[in-house]
Amino acid sequence: MAIPVTTTGLPQPAEGITGPHRRSALRRVSKAVRTNRKATIGVVLMAIFIFVALFPGLLAHQDPNAVSLHVLVPPSAAHLLGTDNLGRDVYAQVIYGTRNVLILALAVGLLTTAVAMLIGVAAAYLGGVWDSVLNFVTDVLLVIPIFPLLIIIAAYLPNAGNSVLILVLTFTGWSYTARQLRSQAQSLRNRDFLLAARVRGERSLYIIVVEILPTMTSLLLASFLNNALYAVLAGSGLQFIGLGNSNNVSWGTTLYWAQQNNALGSGLYAWAIVPGACIALMGAAFAFINYAFDEIGNPALRPLTAAKARKAAEASTKRRLASHGARAR
Amino acid sequence: MAHALADDQHGIAGPLRQGPVLEVRDLSVEYVLESGIVRAVDDVSFDLAPGEFLAIVGESGCGKSTLLFGIAQLLSPPAEISGGSVAFNGRDLVQLTDRDLAAVRWKDMSVVMQSAMNALNPVTSVGAQFRDAMRAHGVTSGDEIHRRSVEVLKMVGIDPIHLKSYPHQLSGGMRQRSMIAMAMLFTPELIIMDEPTSALDVVAQRSLMAQIKDLQQEFGFAVIFVTHDMSLVRHFSDRLMVMYAGQVSEVGRTQQLFDHPRHPYTAGLMDAFPSIRGPRVPLTGIPGSPPDLARPPAGCRFAPRCPRCMPRCEADPPPEYQVGDVAVRCFLYDEAGGAR
Amino acid sequence: MTEPLLRVDRMSEHFKIGNAISRRSTLHAVDDMSFTVGEREIVAVAGESGSGKSTVARVLAKIYKPTSGEVYFEGRPLSAIRSRRERLRYSGLVPMVFQDPFSSFNPAFRVSHGVLRALKLHRPELTKDQLFTEAVRVFDAVGLNPGAEVLQRFPHELSGGQRQRVGFAQALAMRPRLILADEPVSMLDVSIRIGLLNLMAQLRDEQGVSILYITHDIASARYVADRLIVMYAGQIAEQGPVEDVLASPLHPYTQLLLSAVPDPRAELNVAAHTDRGEPPRVIDPTPGCRFRFRCPLAIDVCHTQTPQLLPLAPGHDAACHVAQAGATVPARGPTPGTPGQPARETTTPE
Repeated sequence: MAIPVTTTGLPQPAEGITGPHRRSALRRVSKAVRTNRKATIGVVLMAIFIFVALFPGLLAHQDPNAVSLHVLVPPSAAHLLGTDNLGRDVYAQVIYGTRNVLILALAVGLLTTAVAMLIGVAAAYLGGVWDSVLNFVTDVLLVIPIFPLLIIIAAYLPNAGNSVLILVLTFTGWSYTARQLRSQAQSLRNRDFLLAARVRGERSLYIIVVEILPTMTSLLLASFLNNALYAVLAGSGLQFIGLGNSNNVSWGTTLYWAQQNNALGSGLYAWAIVPGACIALMGAAFAFINYAFDEIGNPALRPLTAAKARKAAEASTKRRLASHGARAR
Repeated sequence: MAHALADDQHGIAGPLRQGPVLEVRDLSVEYVLESGIVRAVDDVSFDLAPGEFLAIVGESGCGKSTLLFGIAQLLSPPAEISGGSVAFNGRDLVQLTDRDLAAVRWKDMSVVMQSAMNALNPVTSVGAQFRDAMRAHGVTSGDEIHRRSVEVLKMVGIDPIHLKSYPHQLSGGMRQRSMIAMAMLFTPELIIMDEPTSALDVVAQRSLMAQIKDLQQEFGFAVIFVTHDMSLVRHFSDRLMVMYAGQVSEVGRTQQLFDHPRHPYTAGLMDAFPSIRGPRVPLTGIPGSPPDLARPPAGCRFAPRCPRCMPRCEADPPPEYQVGDVAVRCFLYDEAGGAR
Repeated sequence: MTEPLLRVDRMSEHFKIGNAISRRSTLHAVDDMSFTVGEREIVAVAGESGSGKSTVARVLAKIYKPTSGEVYFEGRPLSAIRSRRERLRYSGLVPMVFQDPFSSFNPAFRVSHGVLRALKLHRPELTKDQLFTEAVRVFDAVGLNPGAEVLQRFPHELSGGQRQRVGFAQALAMRPRLILADEPVSMLDVSIRIGLLNLMAQLRDEQGVSILYITHDIASARYVADRLIVMYAGQIAEQGPVEDVLASPLHPYTQLLLSAVPDPRAELNVAAHTDRGEPPRVIDPTPGCRFRFRCPLAIDVCHTQTPQLLPLAPGHDAACHVAQAGATVPARGPTPGTPGQPARETTTPE
């Protein structure tokens, strides 16, 4: 006894209000980015940073490590942002420093999310003793204040290069995300399709990897962006207080030297402010992209500006008049 | 439009005014989406007499809940009223400002939602919520508030001690009753109910329906009751309106629709309820699904699933035909075309 | 007497509730339940929410382990199933269909995902091509035509009724002997339910599958089931051939349920109006009949002794002191109509 094929083709879904046709994911994402202002700003900023990180030589023609005799020079034609206490060109430092910060952000973002994912989702799915144990570990790291912990760890590892910084930041950063992912996974845990997979005989690891994770992609993406932001700020912060390798070219270390040499007090504003502004801008880029994905994924969060509201009201009045006119009673 | 006053509706209060409490004319509601405009409610018209119990029945996607929200002016974007009027005691609610609406809300017209657990505030006691509602409408005396709260709880059969209870401490049935009590705080002329029994079990459902009917007969308010289960309202509603794909397919006295369903959808729906009495007969239900309202079919919306479909049905949308006291949207009842 | 396909023997399922700080109480979701399911048979388990009916299905699906008692499938106890191979075999023979057509599918995958996984796990002898052919076959068997095309769709592109059919297709792919259907039509539109119920009867008749049909809707239980088990507060109140139970309900709860069921074709029955009670959550219960607070016929012994489930007519058991005492139980149920068919025996196929 088959369902009769209706005259309009295969039976339509009962929900009268359907979504758009399935376009390619890439086209959908690019359209979403173009129409959402936050997304556009975020993506453009990030693109600029990536470009600068990949091709610093195109933008800065001086070696950032080249010391010279022209120390503590304010901005001039030769040195756009002046020089630091060793005569190094500040502009070149900022440009070349981008790569360092970006690598830090992306690496920590990825690693933290990966660790948090493993621990958080496993804790939620396995439950019972495993959940208690993993929770305990997560909570301990969550409760300890991050920055003092960072300082203590970094203090034991003087002149910490990038890799050490990445490890330290990951170690202190995964717990927050693990909590989030665990909550999300828990809410999914008793969704029928997971129960169905279990009853069908699938192994736990399969269920976690194949069934749960794909439905959590938006949260995983948000976690990645969040942690990248955290890395930019905390990593630069550590470098700023001198715990990074002060020979590295990075915005944080540049700021360190600026602070050590009382740049603000001496009127060398560019040296003191520009690296900090870059840190803020990169952080903002990550944050914008994060908000944008939230809004794209959940239309209810989209801001209704006054202009949009007016336009919508006008459009609906127009439609109402048109439909009244069409119905010639 | 058929809108005769029900014979047994002259309760103690009696009809409060001549003329219908509610006059809905050509009401349409659209969802404005990026992908296009979807008309969830298409040109619905009906009257509601004072003290009348109208049941609106339909399945998912028929637009009954959207219609309810449209009448109560509770739509939010992307849904909006795209045409028509909702005249409550002569005033068109669609044209009113929020401030004027607020005066009407709860005092003259109140709403009972589908799931009390969603509608009640989980962190405040029931009594506090009654108090909020009354204060919002100008009742300031604490004594008056308390007196009225106790009164409405007793009306629905809940011990007034539960004014101090939180929603999660009450059972499902009691939560729904307290929602109804809240809706009755100002004895409005019209109470709109959106599937208030769907979260309850069979026995609790029957008990709640009886309660609603008793209250209605005692206080004389009109009721619009939306449900997907027509057997539930069989013994309680005066008139029954069957909706399909955003349109009214049949409307008339409940008794008449049950005794002699005219629209093939109504007939099919009635046949889809297996009976616990009488012989066990094989049933077929109504195979297929409602149409996609983003691209509604050119002719009758029920045509693809209709066992009595004629060629004409797929080409033109049928208007409503009056057959005695019943209105049917079906070409079978077009005298000019020689209907059965 | 041959061993029935499924035999549940005094099975109880208790849950500890309350957190570590408050005193730990025990929720008796199911208590001392015994019943059987035979071959080619649809047994309905009917009850309101809190009756324990969903818990029964979950215990049988091995989601929970029974607190006490035993379940025998094909004569072997479930507790003896230890190895992964045996567990896999059981889950293929006793699959489950879920209630919610909206959440029982992973929205990220096409509907073919579940069926193909089921086939891969339970029928490893099939080659890749055979997997697909078999998937198409089961889709066609449940009325999703053309199977090959529907397989490629995502869950959100199908209606609720179609998704439930996919659920049955997944179960069918594993060549089951007993399908656990946990309220499979409760969330569907009324006009669609009959189609699914007819499908279940068809699976019993053509594929020889037995079905345990959990529901709160007695009318649908009557339509499709051969035998009916009525549950109240975690225990069986009454069980027997469906026509017998409906024509002469012995337990007062069954009578109350029947009088409350809305039937568009019948007159209004006043009895159910007056019942204000709700099914209890059974926490740390005391002995006595759990229905006694709502029962119009309760006598002294009902408050002190828990009634046992005893046969009071051929194949028809009830757990009620009053009924067992042979006292005149006024038929509060509907006037029985002319039965269209004789009551089905449990082992005779249609």
